[in-house]
Amino acid sequence: MIIELKNIHKTYGGAQPLHVLKGIDLSIDEGEFVTIRGASGAGKSTLLNILGILDTYDEGEYWLAGNLIKGLSEREAAHYRNRMIGFVFQSFNLISFKTAVENVELPLYYQGVSHRRRRELAMEYLDKLGLKEWAGHYPNEMSGGQKQRVAIARALITHPNIILADEPTGALDSVTSQEVMKLMKRLSVEEKVTLIVITHDLHVAAEAPRCIHLRDGLIVE
Amino acid sequence: MKLGFDIDSFREVGEALVRNKSRSFLTGFGIFWGLFMLLALVGGGQGLKSIVMSEFEGFSNNAVVLSPSNTSKPYKGFQEGRSWNLTVNDITRLKNLMPELDAVTGMVGRWSTPVTCGDNEFKNSSLKGITAEYIKIETPQMKYGRYINEADVIQERKVCVIGKDVYNTLFPNGGDPCGQYICVGSIYMTIVGVDFNSGNLGINGTPSRSVMIPLSVARKIYNYGNLVDILCCTVKPGIKASSLESKFRQTLSRYHYYSPDDSEALICINTEQIFNIADTLFRGINFLIWLVGIGTLIAGAVGVSNIMMVSVKERTTEIGIRRAIGALPGEILWQIISESIALTVLAGSISIVISVMILQVVEGAVKAPFQISFRTAVTAMMLLAVLGTLAGLAPAFRAMKIKPVEAMSEE
Repeated sequence: MIIELKNIHKTYGGAQPLHVLKGIDLSIDEGEFVTIRGASGAGKSTLLNILGILDTYDEGEYWLAGNLIKGLSEREAAHYRNRMIGFVFQSFNLISFKTAVENVELPLYYQGVSHRRRRELAMEYLDKLGLKEWAGHYPNEMSGGQKQRVAIARALITHPNIILADEPTGALDSVTSQEVMKLMKRLSVEEKVTLIVITHDLHVAAEAPRCIHLRDGLIVE
Repeated sequence: MKLGFDIDSFREVGEALVRNKSRSFLTGFGIFWGLFMLLALVGGGQGLKSIVMSEFEGFSNNAVVLSPSNTSKPYKGFQEGRSWNLTVNDITRLKNLMPELDAVTGMVGRWSTPVTCGDNEFKNSSLKGITAEYIKIETPQMKYGRYINEADVIQERKVCVIGKDVYNTLFPNGGDPCGQYICVGSIYMTIVGVDFNSGNLGINGTPSRSVMIPLSVARKIYNYGNLVDILCCTVKPGIKASSLESKFRQTLSRYHYYSPDDSEALICINTEQIFNIADTLFRGINFLIWLVGIGTLIAGAVGVSNIMMVSVKERTTEIGIRRAIGALPGEILWQIISESIALTVLAGSISIVISVMILQVVEGAVKAPFQISFRTAVTAMMLLAVLGTLAGLAPAFRAMKIKPVEAMSEE
């Protein structure tokens, strides 16, 4: 059991408090491939942010690989993110002034890995994703599919336990979407990574053996 | 956590600065200009000070010059407005009655005395009749021969010491002129020495344009009897010349029948005052220099801070991404501060190099010490590092507060 959520509640404060997650219970096994679907506003992104320790929750318990993720300091949160979680975003979120290989090696930079070792690993992963020739290119010189593959390489390079993908195919055409999803699926098996994907796309959702449906802050599997 | 200056953080900082060349350049220019102003002003002020101070060269800074003037009060049956004169006897009186004094000498001054040697003529020399002790008031730099001595005065020898300009005019071919005769006014005298003091401050004319002869000789030639024009004294070390003023008045009033509290009858000028004026002036100028310089520098630093603030705002996403993939808040803080320090120190170093070069050129052209000291440069460097850190603090804290989620949602 890599991820275990027990009765997670999340409310966004403000003039009109918004109760987004209303008691989520969820267990995900190691190496599982899960998609999360739901209408916009259903709380998909909030759930993903909580899973990625980018956001906190108000009530309940979140266990990540046996560690209770609650009341962490920024330092500890950064440590977990860096070591255990890889992110893939809809808008790729590559750093525009860094080349593909520099983007991929950035997580290792924050782990304090030496420059040479970083470069080696990054090239290895770019090669796995078929982007070896594009290592020296900047994001704006690449297609959407290529950018997303760079982002996937960046997510994988730290050997994370889970990869969280927020609409990874949202900005891609259907053919590329299929390719990217197949790739992610293959890699998650190869690298023994738990893959959690948020998506609208039914085709994408169909790729996954397990599909979780969110509605109004609750799971309706 | 990655802190400190390793090759990787250098690369990151370099990238950030190079990515926005024109912005980095303009921001750096603020610092560059601030420091350049400061250093140029410090160097310039110091050079000017030494130029002005060289005018006082060789002149005693604890000398007092006494000169008689019309009385302003009636006293002992004399009406006010009476004129009176100092005499040679006053020299001995002051020596005996005022133990605070070191050297006391009288002087007879004749301006615009023509001096000739063969066909060469120096028209407007300042003839000064002096005693040997005058050496303590205007220190000569003897190029040839000796100064006027006591024997010259006692034996009324017709000898003279000439200044640099006089020497150069009368002896265009150079060489030691001692023993040669020159015509001073209308009397021939033997040159015994040449004084190369080039200061611009002197009593009765600058040293370089002077011809000095024994006081006794001058009094005879110009029919002074036992009178002298002025008295010059130096004060013993540790005593302030300005504190002796009333004592001078009182001492001399006994012999010359003016009221001891007549403040106009005796003019007392002490060189300490002149030095103080120059000193205060330059202290004021120095203060202004640092005020303006540091003000400009701080304006530059505020500029850096502002730009970094904008830059952080612009890079919210980038910083968010870094945080999402594992950067610690401290690492983000350090990155922004390093960028600020790098920009400040880089611009500052260029500024120091350029100011040093310019000051070197000025120094070569004007022949006065305009160059800033190594210590000033090091101080400036440290000041820059501190300013850079301070300038980076506010933007860095803002960057540190960026939450990865916010960054993502801004896309």
